[in-house]
Amino acid sequence: MKRNKSLLLSTPYILWMVIFTLVPLGVVLYYALTDVETGAFTVDNMSKLVRYLPAFGRSILYSLISAVICLLIGYPVAYYMTQCSPTTQRFLYMLVMLPMCMSFLLRTLAWVGLLQDTGIINNILEAIGLPRLPLIRTPAAVILGMVYNYLPYMILPLYAIIVKIDPRLIEAAEDLGCNSTKVFSKVILPLSMPGILSGMTMVFVPAVSTFYISNKLGSTETVLIGDIVERLFKQGDNPNMGAALSLLLMVLVFVCTGIINRFGGDEEGAVIV
Amino acid sequence: MKKSLSIVILLCVLIGLLSGCTQDKRVTINVYNWGQYISEGNDGCIDVIAEFERLNPDIRVNYVTYDSNETMYTKMANGGITVDVIIPSDYMVDRLIQENMLLPLNYDNIPNAQKVDSQFRNQAFDPENKYSLPYSWGTVGIIYNDKYVDEADVTGWELLWNEKYADKILMFDNSRDAFCIAQCMLGYDINTTDEQELLQCARELERQRPVVQQYIMDQVFDLMENEEAWIAPYYAGDYLTMADENEHLQFFLPEHQGFNRFIDAMCIPTCCENKDAAERFINFLCEPEFAGGNMDWICYGTPISEAKEYMDPEVVNDPVAYPSEETWNHGKDYVALPRSTTRLMESLFMQVRNGLEVKLD
Amino acid sequence: MKKFNRVVTVLIFLFLYAPMLVLLIASFNVGKDITEFEGFTLMRYVEVFQDRSMLTMLGNSILVSVLASAIATVFGTFSAVGIYNLKPRMRKAVMSLTNIPMTNPDIVTGISLSLLFVFVGSKLLGQKESLTFWTLLIAHITFNLPYVILNVMPKLQQMNPALTDAAMDLGCTPLQSFFKVTLYEIMPGIISGAIMAFTMSLDDFVISYFVTGLDFITLPVEIYNYTKKQLEPKLYAMFIMMFLLILVLMIVMNLLQVRQDKQKKRREGR
Repeated sequence: MKRNKSLLLSTPYILWMVIFTLVPLGVVLYYALTDVETGAFTVDNMSKLVRYLPAFGRSILYSLISAVICLLIGYPVAYYMTQCSPTTQRFLYMLVMLPMCMSFLLRTLAWVGLLQDTGIINNILEAIGLPRLPLIRTPAAVILGMVYNYLPYMILPLYAIIVKIDPRLIEAAEDLGCNSTKVFSKVILPLSMPGILSGMTMVFVPAVSTFYISNKLGSTETVLIGDIVERLFKQGDNPNMGAALSLLLMVLVFVCTGIINRFGGDEEGAVIV
Repeated sequence: MKKSLSIVILLCVLIGLLSGCTQDKRVTINVYNWGQYISEGNDGCIDVIAEFERLNPDIRVNYVTYDSNETMYTKMANGGITVDVIIPSDYMVDRLIQENMLLPLNYDNIPNAQKVDSQFRNQAFDPENKYSLPYSWGTVGIIYNDKYVDEADVTGWELLWNEKYADKILMFDNSRDAFCIAQCMLGYDINTTDEQELLQCARELERQRPVVQQYIMDQVFDLMENEEAWIAPYYAGDYLTMADENEHLQFFLPEHQGFNRFIDAMCIPTCCENKDAAERFINFLCEPEFAGGNMDWICYGTPISEAKEYMDPEVVNDPVAYPSEETWNHGKDYVALPRSTTRLMESLFMQVRNGLEVKLD
Repeated sequence: MKKFNRVVTVLIFLFLYAPMLVLLIASFNVGKDITEFEGFTLMRYVEVFQDRSMLTMLGNSILVSVLASAIATVFGTFSAVGIYNLKPRMRKAVMSLTNIPMTNPDIVTGISLSLLFVFVGSKLLGQKESLTFWTLLIAHITFNLPYVILNVMPKLQQMNPALTDAAMDLGCTPLQSFFKVTLYEIMPGIISGAIMAFTMSLDDFVISYFVTGLDFITLPVEIYNYTKKQLEPKLYAMFIMMFLLILVLMIVMNLLQVRQDKQKKRREGR
């Protein structure tokens, strides 16, 4: 009887998710396999994907670099947060979360204002007698934009995991003669692995598919796959090619997140903020 | 926590309901227009939409903008939306007519149509003005900043390829206007359907890419005004808007190579829901007083001579906004291209813009 | 080491908030250019309230996110209970289904939904208008559901199953035991799921951007349209006001929680 009831409760959800996540992916596949003009079956779109490999490569490279940078700078922050008093912790947590709720479009635009050739940083440099620097429209600017936008997605899961580490474990390690470096590398770091993995995934996935950040902060040489997909749908009048690209993007993301999660070997390691 | 959340949610629901209540019984028309292309009450100019709603209390205007003909076309062709009024350019009107995407206008509802000057009526893209009525017209030229750009370099479209100004040059982010510039440079017909010629144009644009700072549309205003970029091809009317903000901006029309002259026209697409209201809106835009006030702000040429009485004489006498007949005759008109050519052009432009290898499929 | 961490933390917070400071200053600027401060004015804040489209879009955003997160929370909570009681194998399958929208890039989710709506609405049903408020709502519910499920699920797993049995032994019907015991136990998960769903929905740009038609546009999509034109400083004023609103909300919630914790401690102390 209980089983029936749980089926009754979960069936609508399963139906909903099948209709609105699996079926749409089927529609994407359908578009990817049909010709834009005639609607006939074709593998043309798929075979043209090869051309876009450099853009895919660039997207993956930039977002991996961003994810690693986020980890390197996010970890000390998350760790420091756990060392604070509960009230401070709560306050800092809020400060990390706040930017996530604000329009990332406008925050990215603020970076344009800071970085551009006639922007704030360059104006300051000039005022103190230094030469202007080419800051914007470089790969570094795109990566900066990614790190800036997705850093909270790294800090929050890290914090959630580190804060749960039992302090007795650390004491035990210290009692057994570990110095602080050893405690960190042998106890804290391995225990925070699930946080690291989910943080990496949560930075990587939106970064690899972004189109606004590269559009605003990048140059004509840093076009990412998201830019291309967006353009094919919104202006290029070629949803079929766009569908093929998004399929490949999806597969790549699943492979990459799979690899990231394989590192930990922990299937249930997904942490949510 | 629980209580606070319920209060928050309650508040939000209230706000949501309030905003829901304001959706009254008026008929809503969706007007889909270019960005920066209607006077919205800035700088002391009239607010065209508010004025229209005031005079027609039974109609509500939902005003949405696009950044290029192609964006508008794609959004409509993809389907799923209703639009009542659009203002595409000439070649796009032609294309929409060919693809049966426009409804014939009922001129009984648009008495002001007769105020449109005869020289702008019955154009090739819509020979009997069955589907469209001109909104404005203009030319495409080069805008440059004389503080940084040497006048001696301003010789023609090749200025946009000049390596001296690398990373300070902007370029159109739509295939048709970008290709037109390459076609004018290379001396091809701007309506060519020849694949090899288009490929040559794409190669030319590819050659330009290293010096291009960004491919943009209306972002040009900010970039040129604050001197982040120095050279950009854009529409004459918008140049006048920019020149108001930055006196160093100059406009150049490469008459010897040719340039695009265009007419943007108001149309009603087949996905329209309130044709009568849409026609009343079009009629309103042809009312000389409002057309004048509107053009005063957007600075494009008005096809309604009577409207000039209501405009700033400085704009009316400006040779950039209202070029001489001789200059105008150097301009070239776009005509609609077959969908396959447009697709090819778009796909070549995508390859150029995204740094892919340029080739025909 | 601790000092180093503190320095990094301070720097990171500066990094996170520097652009907001830029926007704050820009919102008081007389001039239009974000990089040049020409004088102080409060006009930009007045302009926000004069702009008819911006406030409508804000209302639209709030309407969609409240409805979507409310529906997703109720729907998701019941589903989570159902999934929790499924056979382990089935449960695993359903959970990987739940993970699809979480791992899928937003752009793919947005595109796939918009293609589905247009394909079914326009091609199969021959509707004129298939991208409406309702399709947007469906899209938002779809990406909100996993957040609710993933927040409620751990709470269900943590719950002592003996509790419901005890309730039933004491004479509760299964329904009563659900509302009196289970719901109470998993409430923190439901609340954090609801909050997360709401904020995700309110701030969502990418999915909405692909799924909206013309008549119902949310604020983030409108902001995107604005950034494609000449920038208007009232956008910055709007941003600052939203920032303050969310800041106040968060502080209030924090304070309430602090108070609740204290009460709990006191009760436990007794």
